[in-house]
Amino acid sequence: MQDAFVAFDRVQKSYDGETLVVKDLNLHIGKGEFLTMLGPSGSGKTTCLMMLAGFETATHGEITLDGKPINNIPPHKRGIGMVFQNYALFPHMTVAENLAFPLEVRKIGKSEREEKVLRALDMVQMGDFGGRRPAQLSGGQQQRIALARALVFEPELVLMDEPLGALDKQLRETMQFEITNLAHRLGITVVYVTHDQTEALTMSDRVAVFDDGRIQQLAAPDTLYEEPQNSFVAQFIGENNTLSGRVTRIDGDICEVTLDDGEVIDAVPVNVSAVGDRTLVSIRPERVEMNKDRLAPDAHTLKAEVAEFIYMGDIYRTRLRVAGRDDFIVKTRNAPDQRRLKPGEQIEIGWRPQDCRALDA
Amino acid sequence: MTDAATGNIGRAAADARRAEAEQTGPVMAADGRPLKQSLNRALRAQKLRALALIAPLLLFLLVTFVAPIFDMLFRSVENQITSETLPRTVVALEDWDAQDLPSQDTFAALAYDFMEAAERRIHTRLGSRLNYETTGISSTFRRSGRGIDDLGETQAEQFIDLNPQWEDPAAWVALMAAPDWIAAQADWAARADAADAADRPFDEAEPAFRLAGGIAATLPETADAYRSFATTIQQEDEDSPTAEEPWNTVYLALYRDLLRQPAATIAAYDGPQAALVQEAAGVAAGFEATDLPAFFIDMDDGWGDLKTWETIQTFSDPYTAGYFLAALDLQLTPQGIEMQPEEQQIYLMLFWRTIVLSLTIMGLCVLLGYPIAYLLSNLPMRTSNLLLILVLLPFWTSLLVRTSAWKVLLQQQGVINDTLVWLGLVADDARLALINNQVGTVIAMTHILLPFMILPLYSVMKTIPPSYVRAAKSLGATNSTAFWRVYFPQSVPGIGAGCILVFILSIGYYITPELVGGRTGIFISNRIAFHISDSLNWGLAAALGSILLILVLALYWLYDRLVGIDNVKLG
Ligand SMILES: Nc1ncnc2c1ncn2[C@@H]1O[C@H](COP(=O)(O)OP(=O)(O)OP(=O)(O)O)[C@@H](O)[C@H]1O
Ligand SMILES: [Mg+2]
Repeated sequence: MQDAFVAFDRVQKSYDGETLVVKDLNLHIGKGEFLTMLGPSGSGKTTCLMMLAGFETATHGEITLDGKPINNIPPHKRGIGMVFQNYALFPHMTVAENLAFPLEVRKIGKSEREEKVLRALDMVQMGDFGGRRPAQLSGGQQQRIALARALVFEPELVLMDEPLGALDKQLRETMQFEITNLAHRLGITVVYVTHDQTEALTMSDRVAVFDDGRIQQLAAPDTLYEEPQNSFVAQFIGENNTLSGRVTRIDGDICEVTLDDGEVIDAVPVNVSAVGDRTLVSIRPERVEMNKDRLAPDAHTLKAEVAEFIYMGDIYRTRLRVAGRDDFIVKTRNAPDQRRLKPGEQIEIGWRPQDCRALDA
Repeated sequence: MTDAATGNIGRAAADARRAEAEQTGPVMAADGRPLKQSLNRALRAQKLRALALIAPLLLFLLVTFVAPIFDMLFRSVENQITSETLPRTVVALEDWDAQDLPSQDTFAALAYDFMEAAERRIHTRLGSRLNYETTGISSTFRRSGRGIDDLGETQAEQFIDLNPQWEDPAAWVALMAAPDWIAAQADWAARADAADAADRPFDEAEPAFRLAGGIAATLPETADAYRSFATTIQQEDEDSPTAEEPWNTVYLALYRDLLRQPAATIAAYDGPQAALVQEAAGVAAGFEATDLPAFFIDMDDGWGDLKTWETIQTFSDPYTAGYFLAALDLQLTPQGIEMQPEEQQIYLMLFWRTIVLSLTIMGLCVLLGYPIAYLLSNLPMRTSNLLLILVLLPFWTSLLVRTSAWKVLLQQQGVINDTLVWLGLVADDARLALINNQVGTVIAMTHILLPFMILPLYSVMKTIPPSYVRAAKSLGATNSTAFWRVYFPQSVPGIGAGCILVFILSIGYYITPELVGGRTGIFISNRIAFHISDSLNWGLAAALGSILLILVLALYWLYDRLVGIDNVKLG
């Protein structure tokens, strides 16, 4: 798609020579792109970032930056801005000194330096805090300074390792907004690490879902959510219902799945290749339909029993017993015509076949 | 936009809170008391319990640490020995102008003082004390202690010749003692006899001697000398004045009184033994006199030397700066404060050497310890723990063993010299002198104190996250810039703590300089130890110690000014 600004080619990494922490990583990041690495703890996100920044070397494979291999460039020559998880603001320097540091080591003149520092501080709305020490700032303020410091020397690539991990929800949302805004305004390329999926979805152009040292799926947020490529991604991103069964018929882009209790449903075959494969069928809670009128006449429906009804204000969240499982969730909008169900009630549910994806078991 | 909105809300909330606080004044607890007061009450019990828990340690520290320090500070200025041993002489010397030998009266005062001091066997102590200031006084005092008995013998014989009553202790008691004492003494003697007869143990002491009321006005020196005699023999020998003939100096005092008191005063005396006194007064003028200065000089030439008297006069104050002056190579002369003679100056040089060598040792410890601590803090836990044990290993061997090992290594025929000669770096006839000099002290002490530098450094470096240096590098700093601008400043608290530890330990170090320092490598503490255990000049040792203490505090203050004491982290 885009010309690759950063490219990981068949990169592997092992710390101890026994286990691969990163297995065969192929990742191309376009210029100006905001790419998020999302994945559970220990999946190798930080390791990837560190290899890019130059603090770890790849055991195998090549990383290129703007077409040039960087394996042999020392970290300080890579010109990559980095925001660390704990901010890593130098405690013995004031905020302004922290910001001036990358300019000083680049031998930029004093007046230009001061001007750039002021501009960077204004950019993160911290203009009055230049004389403070990091310890005298709140978490969110420190975060902004760390961001400003990573940007002040105008790098083209900025890496951020869970920069919002320590902030409370509200501040986090503000900062997410500010970071994406800033990144787009400055046109910088951002590689962002998080294990918060909402953060990944709201901020990024593309998200790379990591698990077990591999990218499970690399796609834009909406694709990722609506068209997960495998059951890990489906489970990891957003809320998801799974039903296990066996493929009994494949018919172009529709297949028939017989669930373990004998019920038959339609699904889109994504990760199944042949009749007889075991599969996990994935369906989003908000795509489940309880009103038969809205379904196609030939659609398969399932019997369900209400196990729990939770009122959540804007939505209702209903837990159902379906096909032998009792963790099937349905979310419905709190609309005027929506009935509040009672536990024990017997209903029928269904969905559009294209919302139901047959994935690997 | 979002930020500005939240900012406004935050500010408004803060304003509201402030306004609320201003309106209500002090916050009240549920029972209506001010909250602060309730809180204090609640905390008091806790504090008391905490205090009780540390009380044993506190007491221990007070007794073994704080008290000795104050005792030392006190000893360094204390000089009551002169005025306690020679009280009359000190008074008599107050107006002495140091031009000629003191007057007969001063010598008389010295005679009474010395007689009592000799009987109490404390004259030699004062002699040793004054000997620190002027050599030779010690022997003067010792010799005079033996001859003083005879002073006044001439007078005693003449009084006894005149009237044998003067030989009778009872006659003296009748003249000198207060009537109620005589009664109390008689009562005591009766009880003692009764106990003796009944074979009962009797350990009650004789009532303390009391002088008669009027006698001091008539015969002042005699009364004084007699009281001195009576109390001394009571206290020192458990003898009774009722059984002992007075010292010869008492007769000397009587002779001087009879000559010097106006005849009318003597004639007006109508107390006990008035006849005896007046009889003697009549003829005393014809008695053979004693030239007191001559007598003293005859005992020891020292008494003819103005220097002896000057020393007594100079050091007669109960508190003296003499020890401190001596500790700074100064001396107090009647002309004021002067430098000690060149060949006796030693302490300033020793203080200077102690400081310079301690700073050298401290610097070497930083240079050697910093890389080690850096390595330790950057290695994986397992390896660093193992290496840390190696750092601590010296603590598990005796200091003496380690120091002696250096002797083996450093001596002229030792391992290091042998190796250097073998390598051809040093000629066999020009082996390096590595021990019994400053080099030896510095090497051995650097080795011994190195752990005290490494440990605080290590514990501080351990807390510096690697992300700081990484951040610096990602911002474009080279390895050395990242180290000097980011890592090093954060390790300064550890350096500070290590330096303070090493410097303070080394400035008071004693064993190692003693063993490997030879003559040129010893520290001030070796001199202090010498004065404590060999020369027994505790005052000077205390003064040296106090100066050392002041020095350390001053350097501490300086450090606080330059680096800031909150910039010290021991872990
Ligand atoms: N320096 C190291 N030495 C050995 N193993 C390491 C090292 N750093 C990380 N690992 C291992 O590599 C794996 C991936 O670590 P990494 O830090 O990349 O995870 P992560 O995805 O960033 O996780 P998190 O979300 O918790 O930060 C983990 O199993 C971790 O134990
Ligand atoms: Mg991580």
